[in-house]
Amino acid sequence: MRTGRVQPWLFIGPAVGLLVFFLVYPSIYTIFLSFFYGMGESFAGWANYVHVFTDRTTLTAFRNNALWVVVFTTFTVSFGLAFAVLLDRVRYEKIIKSIIFIPMAISMVGAATIWRFIYAFRPEGSPQVGLLNAIVTGFGGQPVGWLTEAPWLNNFLLIVVGIWMWTGFCMVVLSAAYKNIPRELMEAARIDGANEWQVFGKVTLPSLKPALAVVATTMVVFVLKIFDIVFVMTDGLFGTEVLANRMYKEMFLFMDFGRASTIAVILLLLIIPVMVFNIRQFREQEMLR
Amino acid sequence: MSRKFLTVSLVVLLAMMLAACPAPTEVEVPQRSVSMAVLWAGEELEALLTTLAPFEQRTGIDVVVETVGREMPVVLLTRVLAGIPPDVAAIPNPGQMREFAEMGDLVSLNGIVDLVDHPKAFLDLATVDGHIYGLFLSADLKSLVWYSPKAFAAAGYEIPTTWDELIALSEQIVADGKTPWALGMESGGATGWVGTDWIEDIMLRTAGPELYDKWVNHEIPWTHPAVKKAWEHFGQIVLREDFVDGGTVGALTIPFSESPNALFTDPPRAYMHRQATFIQHFILEANPDLVPGEDFSFFVFPPISPEHGTPLLGAGDLISAFRDTPEVRELLNYLASAEAQGIWVGELGKLAVNRNVDPAVYPDPLTAKAAGLLAGAEVFRFDASDLMPAAVGAGTFWSGVVDYVGGTPLDTVLQTIEASAIDAYGR
Amino acid sequence: MMDKLASKLSRGLLHIVIIILAVAWMLPTVGLLITSFRPPAEVAHSGWWAVFEHPFSFAQYTVENYVTVIGKVGMGRAFLNSLIISIPGTIIPVTIAAFAAYAFAWMKFPGRQFLFLLTVALLVVPLQMTFIPILRAFTQLGIVGTFPAIWLAHTGYGLPLAIYLLRNFIGGLPSELFDSASIDGASPLQSFFRIVLPLSVPAIASVVIFQFLWVWNDLLVALIYLGGTPDVVPVTLQVANLVGSRGQDWHLLTAAAFVSMALPLVVFFSLQRYFVRGILAGSVKG
Repeated sequence: MRTGRVQPWLFIGPAVGLLVFFLVYPSIYTIFLSFFYGMGESFAGWANYVHVFTDRTTLTAFRNNALWVVVFTTFTVSFGLAFAVLLDRVRYEKIIKSIIFIPMAISMVGAATIWRFIYAFRPEGSPQVGLLNAIVTGFGGQPVGWLTEAPWLNNFLLIVVGIWMWTGFCMVVLSAAYKNIPRELMEAARIDGANEWQVFGKVTLPSLKPALAVVATTMVVFVLKIFDIVFVMTDGLFGTEVLANRMYKEMFLFMDFGRASTIAVILLLLIIPVMVFNIRQFREQEMLR
Repeated sequence: MSRKFLTVSLVVLLAMMLAACPAPTEVEVPQRSVSMAVLWAGEELEALLTTLAPFEQRTGIDVVVETVGREMPVVLLTRVLAGIPPDVAAIPNPGQMREFAEMGDLVSLNGIVDLVDHPKAFLDLATVDGHIYGLFLSADLKSLVWYSPKAFAAAGYEIPTTWDELIALSEQIVADGKTPWALGMESGGATGWVGTDWIEDIMLRTAGPELYDKWVNHEIPWTHPAVKKAWEHFGQIVLREDFVDGGTVGALTIPFSESPNALFTDPPRAYMHRQATFIQHFILEANPDLVPGEDFSFFVFPPISPEHGTPLLGAGDLISAFRDTPEVRELLNYLASAEAQGIWVGELGKLAVNRNVDPAVYPDPLTAKAAGLLAGAEVFRFDASDLMPAAVGAGTFWSGVVDYVGGTPLDTVLQTIEASAIDAYGR
Repeated sequence: MMDKLASKLSRGLLHIVIIILAVAWMLPTVGLLITSFRPPAEVAHSGWWAVFEHPFSFAQYTVENYVTVIGKVGMGRAFLNSLIISIPGTIIPVTIAAFAAYAFAWMKFPGRQFLFLLTVALLVVPLQMTFIPILRAFTQLGIVGTFPAIWLAHTGYGLPLAIYLLRNFIGGLPSELFDSASIDGASPLQSFFRIVLPLSVPAIASVVIFQFLWVWNDLLVALIYLGGTPDVVPVTLQVANLVGSRGQDWHLLTAAAFVSMALPLVVFFSLQRYFVRGILAGSVKG
């Protein structure tokens, strides 16, 4: 296409300017701060990095973030894909889609409130206000302290809240992409004698690949800095700490900008594989033109 | 279609901008005003506005109250560092006040605010390097054990006057097939403070105020035998599954605000609840039919080592100033006065710090009794976790309690806190 | 014959699976809704499903919670504030992102890959780390506490995701479209308005929804750049202020959750019809 030298910059100029001001400049400042003690008092060398990689709570946060990235991404993307594909086949698609989407619209305070009423614990013999324990005791079991069952159960239960909230995002994006696959492609495969699973594997999945890449990238990036669910539900206690919550505490509660910045820098480094993956996708798309 | 969409959006956008832009200029009426950032919301905010009303009327100064809730630390720190702090702020605790004071951001109140009617103990708490940087609007008394006199009478239980009697009573209640303690500690992001209050109260009674102060200032390590002893006393109650409503899981997951309700079920699920004066508000909200003093009451947390007597533990609401203007001075003097504190505590059932507040303002006899106890305290100490650097006081001390109740060995817990303390105090 | 039976069975199974999942997804929201209509004393003493013991005894329901939330002084102003924040806070970033996405996808210029990569990387920057430097800059510009400040902030913070999503969509449009436009002598600006925008309506609609939701539900960014005084507070903050610092007034929080999600849902429903053709429409070729 005919594009001058200046024209592209007119298109991306405003975006680049804003990004540099709001995100690049603070990031550079953050990298700088990560090599200083406290609020920038004296040069720390690598001390903050050593601390972050040896501190027990931060190490727990690394483990939990890994758990979030794997479990949260897997489930939001698979559920989103399942809803996108399955709902296309039923007449009540719009209603169900709205139901799945509603959690995205609920504020974090509202979501936290309702999940408290699912995970709440009351002593045996007193009325259970938590749904899970009402079911457990209804079957004659002992009430369970769901959010204190470290380290696996409580983390998974927090991730469930995230999946509930964010599957709607994956569904909207994937469903739109699915509806755009030319139906003739699928029909042709069916006429060739492929069953539904084969159609899914040979036509649907390859066609959805770019959309899946986008959704998975967004989820991984989002969950790397997962904060609010943990902040309002456990605040990282009972072994549920995550990096962004740790960073928040170091920064605003303990006023240790050095350590908080170090955690932020590590988040930036963790994104590198995702960027490499995306640049490949980017090139692939352009090659096919 | 797209063009229409675009046009409509642009029109809406422009309209919004026009609607929005005049707003900031409108506010700048030439008027005397003070901005005040607080973490209070709901009823506390209402009470604050009621407290400020006579002041605004009399002086014509407009106090612009900004509620920032749980985000207080973020908002305060960012604004201070950006050079646009609020004129006046309710600081979460003396520990944080000290950090702002050391950064040179707070206004020294010496000679500005009349604090002669404030007890020395509270003035000392707000003093850094000889300067007073904060005034206490009110206080809460923490060394109280709440109980139901009717339930005690029905079961024939006596109010314990020593730690041994307290444990003996607990054992007796268990022997009667019931549960002695309601000890829910859940408090969202602040979970753990209920336990730190227990440990502080015990520490005052087993080690005495001098050692307590050394502990607060990290002049003795967390692994010191006296500290360990206080934790172990707490463990004698909290780690006993049959002592606590819901056992250790209950202690960790039942919200502190709902915990005392166990005292008022029929039959009672628990008999005792150690908590500060402000819990009365929650008791009455969940059980509006109860009469303070009749259906529920409190006794003072009993002494442990006789030589240290019955010291009292408390906390308070602290106000500091980031700017020194005539309006700020007037407001601070008002908030320190018996008039303002009388309104504030009368609304909320808190305890006044100014000595001249008329005891008649207290809404009920229990609060008045607590105020009397506080005024007559021989030894009073402030909540230690509020005085320590936040990394310990609102960090590892809280999470340490949670770990301890969750089953982590005490030595491990104390070593973890000590490591963070060396780090935090060293700075 | 057997085939038909098998197909009927699998359709039945499909319906069952979908309905089970939908019910599971709805359960928390239903609980939230029921709780919002229960008096505080009952909320504390029994679970929300207790209403199903006598679902039609209406004495157990109350609208008091909603009356309290909606009737709170300043709630109307807060709604207006939220709109003033959210509408430009959505339109500005999506517009800027659309232009940038188009350039990233179809224009050749030096540093293009690097800049796009940078945009992806910026997705992960935790907002909290930007508050202090940005607020300092805003203070020097003298715009703290004004609505343009928060529009700018939401634009900056929303751009990476909006550019990322839109670039992937626009990059997937068939190249023939642009070739023919080019032959017709259309400038890039003309092809942007004539080809890209009309074809991207579904993608833009989705990005608008996500950005709107995020801005509408934001509390912290507003608090930092706009402050918490009554003339500027958004609904989220007004709701948070319903409850005392140590209080746990679940009955109010649940009602407030529904009050504050009403508008985002209206936006979702009104834009839902654009989703027929999707956000990544052109990407089938990938």
